[in-house]
Amino acid sequence: MSRHALLFTLLVLLTAALFIGDLAVGSVDIPLPEVWNALCGGDCDPTYRTIILKIRLLKALTALLAGSALAASGLEMQTLFRNPLAGPYVLGISSGASLGVALFLLGAPLLGVAGHSFVQSLGIAGAAWVGSALVLAIVMAVSRRIKDIMVILILGMMFSSGVSSVVEILQYLSNEAALKSFVIWSMGSLGDVTGSRLLLMLPSVAAGLVLAIAVIKPLNLLLLGENYARTMGLNIQRTRTLIFLSTVLLAGTVTAFCGPVGFIGLAVPHLARMIFSAADHRILMPASMLVGAALLLVCDLLAKTLALPINTITALMGIPVVIFVVIRNRNIF
Amino acid sequence: MSIRLDHISLAYGTRTLLSDVSATFTQGSLTALIGRNGTGKSTLLRAIAGLGPIASGGVELCRRSLTELTPQQRAATVSFVTTDKVRIANLACEDVVALGRAPYTNWIGRLQEEDRKIVEHSLRLVGMSDFARKTMDRMSDGECQRVMIARALAQNTPVILLDEPTAFLDLPNRYELATLLQRLARDEGKCILFSTHDLDIALTLCDVVTLIDTPQLHTLPADEMVQSGYLERLFSGKSACFDPETRSVRLR
Repeated sequence: MSRHALLFTLLVLLTAALFIGDLAVGSVDIPLPEVWNALCGGDCDPTYRTIILKIRLLKALTALLAGSALAASGLEMQTLFRNPLAGPYVLGISSGASLGVALFLLGAPLLGVAGHSFVQSLGIAGAAWVGSALVLAIVMAVSRRIKDIMVILILGMMFSSGVSSVVEILQYLSNEAALKSFVIWSMGSLGDVTGSRLLLMLPSVAAGLVLAIAVIKPLNLLLLGENYARTMGLNIQRTRTLIFLSTVLLAGTVTAFCGPVGFIGLAVPHLARMIFSAADHRILMPASMLVGAALLLVCDLLAKTLALPINTITALMGIPVVIFVVIRNRNIF
Repeated sequence: MSIRLDHISLAYGTRTLLSDVSATFTQGSLTALIGRNGTGKSTLLRAIAGLGPIASGGVELCRRSLTELTPQQRAATVSFVTTDKVRIANLACEDVVALGRAPYTNWIGRLQEEDRKIVEHSLRLVGMSDFARKTMDRMSDGECQRVMIARALAQNTPVILLDEPTAFLDLPNRYELATLLQRLARDEGKCILFSTHDLDIALTLCDVVTLIDTPQLHTLPADEMVQSGYLERLFSGKSACFDPETRSVRLR
């Protein structure tokens, strides 16, 4: 257990360092003492203070939340479906959320609904929740009938392709302004999260994470499969509902506000398993949350330095992990 | 009367497997459930474990109706070793066995001192103490089967069900496992019911044999089952038949 404690301490320190680093690095590099003073209310250049408190702090907090949210939902999906390649992106849950957002961003202007930014945020979040919930419901229903892992994955991939075509049709029909805001959203960005959006994102993600922690014991039982879990007293219906809600809140919210960020949800639980060599969710759940937060901060730092959209970076970082899993880790479930 | 089947009927899809059958299985006895392929051995075990539907009639476990038990109470009454293969990397044997304590632990599954003792004791009963820290992806089928039985023991239930525990095992391991079950029934006072295709094990090592003769269920002490004539009728094909003299199937 002491090895785990040491690893957790190191991870927390690393995440904190990355968080501070994320505040310091950007189009203007701010020296670390100034960052510290801005955060603690000490003596600091007012321009720096504004940049840090009004822009970068929001962005770094978003990375922290989004990273742990995607990782936690990925871990829940992998254990529930007993599938090492499951994740919100691969199963099409992020695509469902994207479709919701596309319908809202591209469709609402067509209907002449445009409004206050908070109303719009709420609309985006709501559309993403509905979209991801729909896809997840379908995937769960199919997975009850068909136990084959590949069928579920193919279904998720078909969903993603279907969604892209529908979105393309919508884009074709849309006006320039709506199109632009959608394209920017779809590239994925942590920077679009304003204070009012964070106010909506924070409680939603927090609720999802609390639910994820609440299902730690059921997830451990599900490691042995549904039959064993049920004979050990697991209320399977209740567990499915909780995991469903948690995933919609986590993956749906993050997709709504940061765009479709791929591979974090799939890759991070595997990184956590490798780092801690554990299968127990009492270790894996907090570990995935921390690794997810740290990894998305790294991705954000890289995205800022190279001026690239964040989902290209997450894909580049995630794909090697996926390939590694396909080749090496056949015995996760 | 640890398990009582009270006029139950079972179906798989639209096919009737068992119709209006009754039986009781007592504490401290080892019972083999035998029958041809597809006659509903697994379906019956799943029904008793509360995993599958019962078309009509009722199952009583330790004098309480199965339908009245909450999932938690059921988990404290009956444990089940299924045919599902469990090979999880990074999960040590003792962790798997500790999961058997789930009905008794708190919301996050924290083990108390007593739980740890039970886990250790369960591993010792199946002779797997040395494997406690090993992970299951590096073990043989026989070893894994024993660990899953230890998990059922840790669940501390009066009734234990096993679905074909001897399948995939080599001959010496089959007898080892059956003797282990016999010992657990006698020494620990468990009511153990397991399905098997090994007639010789069922007839030589078990106290009671229950036979699915679609759509009926014949439950008799092993010796009487040999003399009953049911086996000759059910386990005879073109090329082999049951011989009560040797208690085994021989070629014609």
